[in-house]
Amino acid sequence: MYKYDHYDQAMVDTRVAEFRDQVERRIAGKLSEDQFKPLRLMNGLYLQLHAYMLRVAIPYGTLDSRQTRMLAHIARKYDRGYGHFTTRQNIQYNWIRLEDAPDLLADLATVEMHAIQTSGNCIRNISSDQYAGAAADEVVDPRPFAELLRQWSSFHPEFSFLPRKFKIAVIASETDRAAMRLHDIGIQIIERDGEIAARFYAGGGMGRTPMIGPLIRDFVPIGELISYSEAILRVYNRYGRRDNKFKARIKILVHEMGAEKFIAEVEAEFAHLRGLNIDAPAAELARIKAFFTDPPFEAGLPDEIDRLDPDFAVWLDQNTHPHKRPGYAIVTISLKPIGGIPGDASAEQMELIADLAERHSFDELRVTHAQNIVLPHVRKADLATIWGALAEAGLAEPNLDLVTDIIACPGLDYCSLANARSIPVAQKIARRFADQQRQRDLGELKLKISGCINACGHHHAGHIGILGVDRKGVENYQLLLGGSGAEDASLGQITGPGFDEDGIVDAVETVTETYKTLRADGERFLDTYRRVGMTPFKEALYG
Amino acid sequence: MKILTGNDLKTGDVVWWTGESWSRHVSDAAEVGDNSVDVIAIEEAARRATAIYEVAADHTAGGILPVHIKEKIRATGPTVRPDLKLAPADPAAGSWVI
Repeated sequence: MYKYDHYDQAMVDTRVAEFRDQVERRIAGKLSEDQFKPLRLMNGLYLQLHAYMLRVAIPYGTLDSRQTRMLAHIARKYDRGYGHFTTRQNIQYNWIRLEDAPDLLADLATVEMHAIQTSGNCIRNISSDQYAGAAADEVVDPRPFAELLRQWSSFHPEFSFLPRKFKIAVIASETDRAAMRLHDIGIQIIERDGEIAARFYAGGGMGRTPMIGPLIRDFVPIGELISYSEAILRVYNRYGRRDNKFKARIKILVHEMGAEKFIAEVEAEFAHLRGLNIDAPAAELARIKAFFTDPPFEAGLPDEIDRLDPDFAVWLDQNTHPHKRPGYAIVTISLKPIGGIPGDASAEQMELIADLAERHSFDELRVTHAQNIVLPHVRKADLATIWGALAEAGLAEPNLDLVTDIIACPGLDYCSLANARSIPVAQKIARRFADQQRQRDLGELKLKISGCINACGHHHAGHIGILGVDRKGVENYQLLLGGSGAEDASLGQITGPGFDEDGIVDAVETVTETYKTLRADGERFLDTYRRVGMTPFKEALYG
Repeated sequence: MKILTGNDLKTGDVVWWTGESWSRHVSDAAEVGDNSVDVIAIEEAARRATAIYEVAADHTAGGILPVHIKEKIRATGPTVRPDLKLAPADPAAGSWVI
């Protein structure tokens, strides 16, 4: 994985010193809250419902064991012993003291991490495929390109005050595991006639106005990745609305301008930029790529696995994924124990995961946008050992992509923007569907819950989505069906009137039972919904 | 009744206006009447609390509690982590900000 050079380290260290001074001036009264707020947000420090919350960037979701142990250390020293992995592959700490924040950031900087650009109207952490570098179906590892974009977008002076926040995802396979088309820019690295290139989508997003990003350009030579990205950002920065924050995202611009005109504007800017030679030299991309070469995989490893323990066999089937190399597997560690808080991990659990990554996965792990952790390169012979260690720590729930593998935002339990709680609903649904056989019988079913219209819980992209709203001071939950964040991206449709906290759990069960009566052989819930439409589900829900 | 809440500037802890100072316990909150704007201006300048705002509250059997669920959760802690709630009688928590 990428290692900071002295420029990277100096930038981060300098920012820590700068923020330390800003905090001191705030506490001393030399800065008002109005003056200080944008400064702390530029360093990922929010003021949330209960306390300051710090969001730490995890570039394209990739960590090593040293960094993960630091995240555990921060949870223990500066927070209350845990952290929350987010849908942008980041981690949030919920109980940070302002006066401790500079020391915390200094600790983070020792392991090449920071919280810069995890808030504010700038280019946020670049997200990617959690199986990057390990999946059999990828064209190339997308992370060198994500890293190049990270370097380009970090402290980019022209894009530090955009109309609104800006999110980019990079993938390199036909299977979309990063909700790429629901990003401001979605980039798919492709190969055509032996040439690596980038396919650009723009204007996707969730929030109060969900949009699936249209194709903007089918083929951008990889050497012009930055120029084309810059062209899109320039058009957005010039024409994006600043008069209304709810209409300021690029998706609104693309929608109001029309994709055709937007593309013409981008192409004109691209033509201008092409002459300015702003792309990274090939040698720089080669330097970055060198950090992402394959680890020293062993040849001739067996693929056979002893499946005698039935619990292990269930976990094996559900939570491992084929690896590109024989004898290896990709492991997903579920952070969704039945009745637990989706995405939360204690300091001790983080340390265990770091140990397992160090011993069994070439010191590498990933955070997924579905709030789980991945060990990308595990020898199949080590899987039973890993499963045993995870089971002891409550981390071996065999529910990847099943109904209890729920994405949930922090909701009203932590978030000052939320209208309703998400986590208790997720917990109740998980308990209702706790039976593993029942979950497996339902098959792939992505359930996503947001506590407000901002959609941090990706409810628009859930096969079943739940949106919490405030109905005259009482929590109420709308139900959506048919969304997908995958390569078959679609937006969920609201079923009808909402439900109370218990009613929404019953409603989800009604939907799944209806699906069971309607499904054809081999159909996932989403397939059945797309075939039969909303009507039978509405009838079952509302009579 | 109307009460004021904010966050302790240095720690971020949720605090409630007692009429003279700030407490971590909503049960110590005092009716602010029509003085919110003045108190907020003075207290923001004093830098004891920040992000101060007014909320509606009721006298209940359990003491003063905000009306809206958001501030109820703010007063009592995350409903999903009872172990993180501020115990009313916990002296170690430090009732007073100053």
